[in-house]
Amino acid sequence: MSRIFVHGCGAVSPAGWGVAALVDALEQRVELPVQQLNGPGFSFRVRTAPGPSPRPACLQHPRLRRASAISHFATAAALEALGESRKPGLRLGIVFGVHAASIRSSEKFFSEVLRDPSTASPVFFPETVINAPASHLAAVLNATELTYSALGDQTAFFQALLIGAGWLANDRADIVLVVSAEETAWTVSAAACSFAHDVICSEGAGAICLMRDESPVELAAITEPALFVGVANRAPSTVQIAAQFARRDEFLCDSRTGSRRWDCHQSEAWNDWTGPVLSPRMILGEAWSAATAWQFVAATERIRAGKNPAAVVSASGSNQQAIAARLKHN
Amino acid sequence: MLLHAAFEAWNQAGWAPSENLPIVLGTTGCGAEAGESFFREASATGKLRVGHPTKTLSYQGQRQALDLAEALDCAGPISIISNACASGSNAIGHAFEVIRNGQSDRALAGGYDALGQLVFGGFDSLQALSPEPCRPFDASRNGLTLGEGAAVLALESLDSARARNAEILGEALGYGATTDVHHMTQPHPQGDAALRAMLEACASAGIDPAAISYVNAHGTATIHNDSSEAIALERLREGSISNLRVSSTKASIGHLLGAAGAVEAVVCLMTLGGQWLPPELCVATPDTLCNFQLVRAPMEASVEIALSNSFGFGGANASLIFRRWK
Repeated sequence: MSRIFVHGCGAVSPAGWGVAALVDALEQRVELPVQQLNGPGFSFRVRTAPGPSPRPACLQHPRLRRASAISHFATAAALEALGESRKPGLRLGIVFGVHAASIRSSEKFFSEVLRDPSTASPVFFPETVINAPASHLAAVLNATELTYSALGDQTAFFQALLIGAGWLANDRADIVLVVSAEETAWTVSAAACSFAHDVICSEGAGAICLMRDESPVELAAITEPALFVGVANRAPSTVQIAAQFARRDEFLCDSRTGSRRWDCHQSEAWNDWTGPVLSPRMILGEAWSAATAWQFVAATERIRAGKNPAAVVSASGSNQQAIAARLKHN
Repeated sequence: MLLHAAFEAWNQAGWAPSENLPIVLGTTGCGAEAGESFFREASATGKLRVGHPTKTLSYQGQRQALDLAEALDCAGPISIISNACASGSNAIGHAFEVIRNGQSDRALAGGYDALGQLVFGGFDSLQALSPEPCRPFDASRNGLTLGEGAAVLALESLDSARARNAEILGEALGYGATTDVHHMTQPHPQGDAALRAMLEACASAGIDPAAISYVNAHGTATIHNDSSEAIALERLREGSISNLRVSSTKASIGHLLGAAGAVEAVVCLMTLGGQWLPPELCVATPDTLCNFQLVRAPMEASVEIALSNSFGFGGANASLIFRRWK
């Protein structure tokens, strides 16, 4: 398999728009404030992304004017990650990993259907389609090659990463944007409550730009996923993944949220890790696939800054699989 | 539906449980009915109660994929591709590439979707639904007919299949996937991205477009899709369109959304295996753009290579090519 390198990162998070805001918040290690999100008769604590200031020029694109927030997040993060990497003649692939997709548009449109199907707005329905954010991003970038949307739990970003890395390894693309984005909604928070009542959902996006050309950060390895099937529930699957990495003082960026019930198996699996550990969700909230993308962004920036020569990014999802990857300085 | 289709494919292939069997599924709605049920109840009552978690979790696509992996005693990996109505074709195409690139000897791939109120309301809001059975490529076509279903293919490398004396139903030969950035819900009027997907599939298959005997068209029976696809097919064949046989089986079974590409891939394999062509019985007057032979009656035919098109919202375009196995 050919070597694959990270050429850029992008992020939108409750800390703000851009990688700098994300890294700054993570370095301070202070939990960001929460807001209240109201559902029909109940409410949840969430961390929302602030409005962008200044507003990115890409949001003026016709495709994004009426698009859901998730598409704004995804596009901004992807463009930041792409930077100046795209050169004429290079084939650009986009893989969008997602959990809840354009859930606000779905809530809004389905409410209209339930109220009176004959007046439900045709503006919202296309935005409910799972690949809408990836489609908008492709349109903004005029990317006419491969565009996939991959569904899953928090590990959907890893699914997207595996697909994108495969495209590069098999020469299906020259540049691949691996993007994940999510938005807060009461239905998402309600689903999160099924796992743990104290999880605080959040929103945003993360993106990395991958190429075969060398850069300072290499995607050194991705484990096989350990599915949560049969007797292999979350705990043994997470242990199985954690056991694949030598304890050698590398940086660990994990998917713990701060909820004891949610995190216990991860804490056990990685409790003998000897290097520094960062859990972005504890600071920013549970943004599903987007939060896993933040983990990659944080790990990449840490290596780029020379703070650690290598990093392990680990995700143990809510109901699909555990998986991890290793990044290293080139 | 997914489990039924997967078990049928699994049993026909004669596979045994495996530690490493890629499962690649395409869907647009996952378990939509469960999600809609949860939303209706929570919205109406303003309460979250016991039982809701099951509904919210069984809505999620990974739940259906895990149910399948568990039922077949397989450990994945799982990939769920949601590229709107091209999802099923993308899933099969992705699995085909996984095998061709040597990442696995086998893969289970397909698509599934069940009808839901949101999707029905959505297509209705776009005024894209026909009040009668749809008529793809008819001059007076007036929209699509929704359906639901699932199909799964057991894909295997030739060496692996031969080693166990497997019955081979057809050869997956090529795959092309492109993105149409023209509009969120309408194809490029000249079928640019559709043409590129078909050409890419031909290049992947190592064949000249003239070698294609039959096209199972995306053919939704909307004005824009069918005209765009007809133009793309004409451009594909560069003047030799008149001997190309085309039909859209959506005329018989409706548009199965994320399952469409997978079910239509099965139709192509049946066509190749049985040497017959699936007709569109409901077409009265073919559109003047149809310079190909629109199959309007059941017929036996010599079919060596079949191409299946799937085009989805957001500009997801996918083409698969299959060859008769002799």
